[in-house]
Parts: sequence; structure tokens; C-alpha cells
Amino acid sequence: MSTKETIEFRKQVVEEVLEVYPEKAKKNRRQHIAVKDSECASCAVKSNAKTVPGIMTARGCAYAGAKGVVWGPVKDVVHISHGPVGCGYYSWGNRRNLADGEIGVDNFVPFLFTSDFQESDIIYGGDKKLEKIIDEVVGLFPNAKGVSVLSECPVGLIGDDIESVARRMSEKIELPVIPVRCEGFRGISQSLGHHIANDAIRDHLLGKGPAREIGPYDIGIIGDYNIGGDAWASKKILEEMGLKVVNIWTGDSTLEMLQNGHLVKLNLIHCFRSMNYIAKHMEETYGTPWIEFNFFGPTKIKESILKIAAQFDDYIMEKALKVIEKYAAPMQKVIDTYRPRLEGKSVMLYVGGLRPRHIVGAYEDLGMEVIGTGYEFAHNEDYEKTIPALKEGTLIYDDVTALELEEFVKKLKPDLVGSGIKEKYVFEKMGLPFRQMHSWDYSGPYHGYEGFPIFARDMDMAINSPTWKSIKAPWTK
Amino acid sequence: METCTKVTKEWLNTQEYREKNFAREKLVINPAKACQPLGALLCALGIEASLPFVHGSQGCAAYFRSTLSRHYREPVAAVSDSMTEDSAVFGGQSNLIEGLKNANALYSPKVIAMFTSCMAEVIGDDINAYLGNAKEQEAIPKDLPVALANTPSFKGSHITGYDTMLKGLIECLATPRQEDKINNRLYVVPGFDTYTANLREYKRLLKVMDAPYTLLPDQSDVLDAPNLGTYELYPGGTPITEMNDALNAASFLFAQTYSTPTTRKYLAGMEVPVEVISMPIGVEKTDKFIEAVAKFTGKEVPEEITIERGRSIDAMTDSHQYIHGKKFALFGDPDVLIGVVSFLLEMGGEPVHIVCTNSTPLFKKAMESMLASSPYGQTATLYAGKDLWHLRSLLVTEPVDMLIGDSHGKWAARDANIPLVRIGFPITDRVNLHRYPIVGYSGVINMITMIVNTFLEEKDRTSTDPYFEMMR
Ligand code: SF4
Ligand code: SF4
Repeated sequence: MSTKETIEFRKQVVEEVLEVYPEKAKKNRRQHIAVKDSECASCAVKSNAKTVPGIMTARGCAYAGAKGVVWGPVKDVVHISHGPVGCGYYSWGNRRNLADGEIGVDNFVPFLFTSDFQESDIIYGGDKKLEKIIDEVVGLFPNAKGVSVLSECPVGLIGDDIESVARRMSEKIELPVIPVRCEGFRGISQSLGHHIANDAIRDHLLGKGPAREIGPYDIGIIGDYNIGGDAWASKKILEEMGLKVVNIWTGDSTLEMLQNGHLVKLNLIHCFRSMNYIAKHMEETYGTPWIEFNFFGPTKIKESILKIAAQFDDYIMEKALKVIEKYAAPMQKVIDTYRPRLEGKSVMLYVGGLRPRHIVGAYEDLGMEVIGTGYEFAHNEDYEKTIPALKEGTLIYDDVTALELEEFVKKLKPDLVGSGIKEKYVFEKMGLPFRQMHSWDYSGPYHGYEGFPIFARDMDMAINSPTWKSIKAPWTK
Repeated sequence: METCTKVTKEWLNTQEYREKNFAREKLVINPAKACQPLGALLCALGIEASLPFVHGSQGCAAYFRSTLSRHYREPVAAVSDSMTEDSAVFGGQSNLIEGLKNANALYSPKVIAMFTSCMAEVIGDDINAYLGNAKEQEAIPKDLPVALANTPSFKGSHITGYDTMLKGLIECLATPRQEDKINNRLYVVPGFDTYTANLREYKRLLKVMDAPYTLLPDQSDVLDAPNLGTYELYPGGTPITEMNDALNAASFLFAQTYSTPTTRKYLAGMEVPVEVISMPIGVEKTDKFIEAVAKFTGKEVPEEITIERGRSIDAMTDSHQYIHGKKFALFGDPDVLIGVVSFLLEMGGEPVHIVCTNSTPLFKKAMESMLASSPYGQTATLYAGKDLWHLRSLLVTEPVDMLIGDSHGKWAARDANIPLVRIGFPITDRVNLHRYPIVGYSGVINMITMIVNTFLEEKDRTSTDPYFEMMR
């Protein structure tokens, strides 16, 4: 098919798939889907809007964004999931934000702390209980550097005042107690939870730490959650470049890192969607500059290294060039190994707020083509950053429903689908290679030079697994 | 950066810490329980062409689906009506109505199983009235059955939600009992059971015993669906027709006690004969199951079953020496705990710490009397309402040889330097365990295999050269 035909075909597909919806839902959903063509250099895809009720969305809630994404990886803080047991239980130990530290001593990442609301708490309020809980936390975990209170739906509905509890208790225990109002009904996805969590850091921690001299090469990484060790892989490159990563937000993080996020020469932002708020705030308030970077795949890594080094002096630039040179051969070897096996294969992605664009280059390094992509909870800004990076004919879908994604995949027939746990087994049942692109399917890291060989191996393993060939029984037609 | 470590890991392992830990009153750390709607969703998946519908926040729905998918490694379908802040103010009626309309148009279910997340419960949405209005406004056809369950997460746990949804489904789908229309079937309710192989095992045993039966609900084909190259949204479940006829059941047999009281009470009120047994884990409890089924059919227990039982006894005598006298800690749901503890006692194993976060007074009584009646149960303590951080303290101050529970136990087991045998829910770090039954006589063999081979594996891994032997 020519590009033009492809575009026409895919537009046709969209119309066909939308047919199943009742009128109102159809009108709504149509605005969230586009095919990139020459006219729409920035095809308007509606985003960050309410999900249509009754369809199957992959989206989560504000609590997931605040607790699961932003706060969870802060290892020396005890995070209380405040409310009934469920939300905390389901977000316990399943995001793969690795942290290094003594579990139960100064690392609380693999824990679930919950106030386990009972009916009486709903009726009489949970503030008293929360006070007691915070007391108990410091008694049992004296090394904790602070306590965060992440409120679940009921807390906001019954009118509890966690802010004043936090204030009182913070004075009493002489540690930061941070209330985070991330009840799941706020906003329309995880996204507002990120924002609320960023604001809580801004209001309660940033700039309130022990002052520190800023070294000439001190930098912070913002929006790397250390999934499967991603942040460590990124840090390795930056340190080889001569830079000093003093903060990571938030992956293997400490409370002090949150307090001192502004005390760097430069902030590097990976997941723009979830952490742009605080990066912008640090720039406006403290004059700390930030730039975006992308450490997926050698092409983007190289571009990013040069972009980052350009912010510093010749010393760093020289080292940066050496780093690029050092890894050129090993990366080429990875490409030589896997590209012949993956050349021309197509991918459809549906992930959170960053990877649907950031990871495109890594696929292209392997000779693969992204033919469809979309975000769970992106905003317009994200689509504006995405669309120029995509080829004409790429199908773009925002908050795609389970049914749409299934149908799009059936019609576009990609060789690989990359999305989440809720999607994984649907496509595998269809006989389609799939990789979880939130959790790296329990593999990783995928960031940096350390990550690319693993990424390449995993994509090859998925697509070329012999298991797919056994699906059809020899006696079935 | 200076790290002033005020305390150390060693302190966490002391008796002093244990006492402090057990003195905590409000803080819950690593509980072994989930919230009600998760159980409701599991239940709903076991009915033919049933679409689970979460009235409340979409975030909860995403969490339930992910959690179940991680355990089964299967797709888990559920929609939600995505209530947001304005619903908190005005109620969730408009979301519910629009949600029903869209869900029905997209997924053409035979029944919608609606249950609530916290938000809807706290603001006090009246789902029954809303549903009436939805049908009134023709958002969905008047004859589309919608089962309702209020599943507030600040009461009970996932097993409560299972029960409430089950009652809701029967209430919605079954026609009233008519004494002249009583069918000949035994309706078997597995309870909150996350082993698809357990469900298949029930069906196999019932077939061998020639008992006309309905398994209600039955997720075995839904959560252990074949890969045939196509995705089926509704790959199985208890047939709707058999649901319609549920109140005309000759009898109901409940294979779990603590995850089913509401449904049992409802059925008893409808004058349906109800029998309840312990989850058939271990020989004695499986015998009870077989006897209950035989009582129902009025037939002799087939020889095949006796032979099967004999094989499991053979496995027990073959390997009793590896379990006898070994000390165990366990945690999990009440029904599973009763079963697994009963099995250990049969093997001469000694349960020492039993932690049940979602314990009930009835369960406590039953467990304690079972322990009291066995010579191997004398050193055991049931810790009702406690969590896995309590369990950790127990393991490091009063060591045992093995921990049995779900994947969440892996940290405590590691800190105590003992193996974890994974029995329960969720199991997210090992494959296929839900494909091996733990109920029935074959379950006995499977549990022996898991437990004994784990011990032997440990022995091989840790023994020094002279003691590294060919035979174990
Ligand atoms: S908000 Fe309530 S229903 Fe939802 S996950 Fe949390 S505890 Fe469960
Ligand atoms: S990378 Fe994606 S999934 Fe991860 S935190 Fe950012 S938006 Fe969420």
C-alpha cells in the first residue's frame, strides 16, 4: 500500500470500529483518534478528558498517580495509604520501582502501610486514627525520614482534615508529615494524581532541607522511576560523562532528594507528563533549568548525551564524546544481532504518559516501525511532542478503549503489541507477540546503554518465540 | 550524605521489637486481605457471558483487573462507570445509566454483574433505584438482567464481596423456587477459590460420582482459557439456564464456609436445602466432600474414588517423614487455612503461627478447636486480625521451617531465611500454580510434592559435600 492508501485504509478502520458505539459515545471517542496525514502536522487528538462510562478503560486514578508513581519510590519515607485496604493492597509491590536500602530500616518501598478503614471510621472520621497511626509508625520505624499520607476516595468524601493532622503530627514527631489529597475521584486519570503529588512535594519539602553547596556538575534526574533499575542505568551514563547525579525523582529516592531537587545545575526530565509541574516550578522559583532527554535506544541516547553535554563545559563535552564512542561498538553489535531478525516488523503501543513517544526511536534502531500509538493519560502538550516523531499513516489513539485497541490491532495486524497487564493476555490469546511496557514484563532495565541490549533481546524473544507457531493444532483447518 | 542509622535490622528481629509490633493498635502493615469488590469481580467472572460492572471509580476497576490478571496470567474483563468529582456531588446516577448503555452496546452481555467501589458507597448511591431508572429510560433492555451487590470496602474483605455478589447473581437470575419444579442437580459453590484446577477437580469428582451438578460460579474456562488464536470475551462460566434454575436446586453444597454465609442464609430463606463443608483440602476434608456428594446421589462411592484416595494415602505414607515434626507458619484466607492446617496435621506437621487478617469469630473457634483436637496442633497459635508484619516478628523470634501463603509472604520468609511454599492468592511470582488443584485427593499429592520437594531442594542447596547424597 502507498502511504496515501495506508492513511485512507486506517481512517476507514477508525470509522468501522466506532460503529459499535451509541451516538454520544461515538461522538466523544471520534475526537480521541486520528491518523497522521500530511495535512495534520499536529493532528488534534483530544486528550485529558473524562473517560466514557461503561467502556473498558485502562486508566487508573489520582491515587495511583500520586502513590504508585510519584511517592511510592521515595524509600526512606513511610507512605500511609489512608482509607480502606484495597487501593493500598493493589498498589503494593507491583510497580517494580526498585530501591536499594535495608528493608524495614531505611527502605520502605516493599511495604503496604494502611489505615484499613472500617465502617466506624467512615461514620466518625479517620483523623484520630491517623494520628495514632503516625505515632505507631515512628515507634516501629525510627529511621523513617518522614511520613506521607495518601488519601483514598472515602477520606475526601467524609470531610476529614488530614492537613491539620499532618501539621500537628509533624510538630510532634519532628519530621515532615505530608498530606497528599489524591482521592481517586479527583480528576479523570492518574494524571491529576501526579500533579497533586508534585504540588505536595513543592509545598512540604522542596527548599526545606539542609542547605548544600551545588557542585559544578551536579544534576538531578526527574521522572525516572527506576523500573527494573532504569534510573541506575541512566545514572551510569551521566556519571561516565562526568556529571554527578545527586537527585532522582522518584526512583530509589530519599526524602532529602525531594528537599534539594533545586540544588543542582540542571534537571533532566524523562517522564515529562508526571513531573513537568515540579520541574517548571523549580525553574520559576529557584532558576534551576531543566531539559528533556530520552535514554531509549542508542540514537536517542546519543542525541540526548550531546544535548545534555552542551549545557556544560568542554570537559563534559569531551567526556560525553568518549562515552558515545565507547558504546558505539557494543550497541552496533546489538543492532547487528537483532536487526536482521526484527527489520520491518511493526509495533502498536499503548502506554502511560511518556513511552508512547519516547520509545519509538529504540524500535527504529532495531529497524521496526511504530504504526499505532497512544497514551492513557497524556495532555495536548504530549501529543504535540509526539506527532512530529511519527510516520505518516500512524494511528493515534487517546485513552483507547479495550475494544478499540482489539479491533485496531486485528485490522492493522502489527507484529508486536506493547501495552499493560490488562491488555497482555487478550493479545496473546490472539496469537500476537506482546510485551508489557509499564513493567518491562518483569525484565529491564530498558534505559541507557545497559538497557538497550535487554530491550532488543526482549522484543526479539517476543516476536520470534517458537511458541506462537504451536497455536494451531495440525488437525484444525 | 550522612546516614545516621539509629536502628538496625537486628533490632527488628528482637523480642523487644515483637512486643512493640504487637502493641500496635491502628496501623496495619502488609495485610493479607484485599477489598470486597475484587471478590465480587471474581465471582461475576464465573457466570456465562456475564460482564462485571464497577459502579464507582475507574481506578478501582483497573486495580482489580490488574491484580487478577497477574495471578492467573489471563485477561480479566470489567467495565466501570468512571465516576469523578461531580458524581461525588450529584451522585453517580448519570454515569451508571450511560455506563450501562455503552457497556451493553459494546459487549452484549447476558447478565451485567454490578458492584460498588468505596466512592459510591460513601455517598450512598442507591444502585437499585438507579437501575430502575436506567431501564425506565431504555438505556438497556428491560429484560437484560443486572445483578446488584453493595460491596463497601470498609467492611469485610474480598471474600465478603464474593459472597454478596453471588447472592446478587442468584437473586437476579433465578426464578422463584417451585416445589413441583425441583431439578435433580446438586449446586456446588466453590467459594473464593483462585485455583482454576480446583474447580475442574470438583467437576471431575462430581462426574466420577455420577452426580448431576452445577458448579456455581465456575471461572475455570474463563481464567484458564485455551490459546486457540482468538480472544473470547466470554469463554465459559455457569450456564445462564442453570442460574435461572438455581433456586430449584435439589440441594446446594458449599465447599467453603467463611466466604459464603450471606448466600447460604439467603438460600435457606428461600427454602433451598443447603449443606456446607470445609474446603476439601487434605484427606479428611476431602472425605467429607465425597460423603456429602454420595449422600446427595444416594449411591455408593465408586471404587475409582476409593482407589484415588488410596493413591493419595500412599503418597502421604511415602513421604510423611519429610513433614512430620516440621514446624510451619501459615497465612491466608480462613477457608484455605482451615484446609491446609488440617492437611498438615494429618501429615504430622506442626503448625506454629497461623495469621489470618480477615478472620472471623466463627473461624477462630473452628480453627482453635481443630488445633486442640490434634496432638500436632498443640504448639499452634492463631493470630486473628494480624498482618504480615506481625508474622515477620513471629518468624524471626520463634523460628519455623517453612512459611505457607501467597506471594506477599516472600519478604518475611526471606528475612527469616526459610522457604515459602505458595498456596493462596495472589501468586504473582511463580507460574501455573493455579493449574494444579489443592483440593481433593489429587490436591493432597500436589501439596506433598510442593512442600516436600521444597524441603529437599533446600537440603541439597545447603548441604556440604559429605552430606550431599543421591538419596533423600
Ligand atoms: S477505593 Fe475502595 S473499592 Fe476502590 S480499591 Fe480502594 S478500597 Fe477498594
Ligand atoms: S513513564 Fe508512563 S507509565 Fe511511567 S510514570 Fe510516566 S506516564 Fe506513568
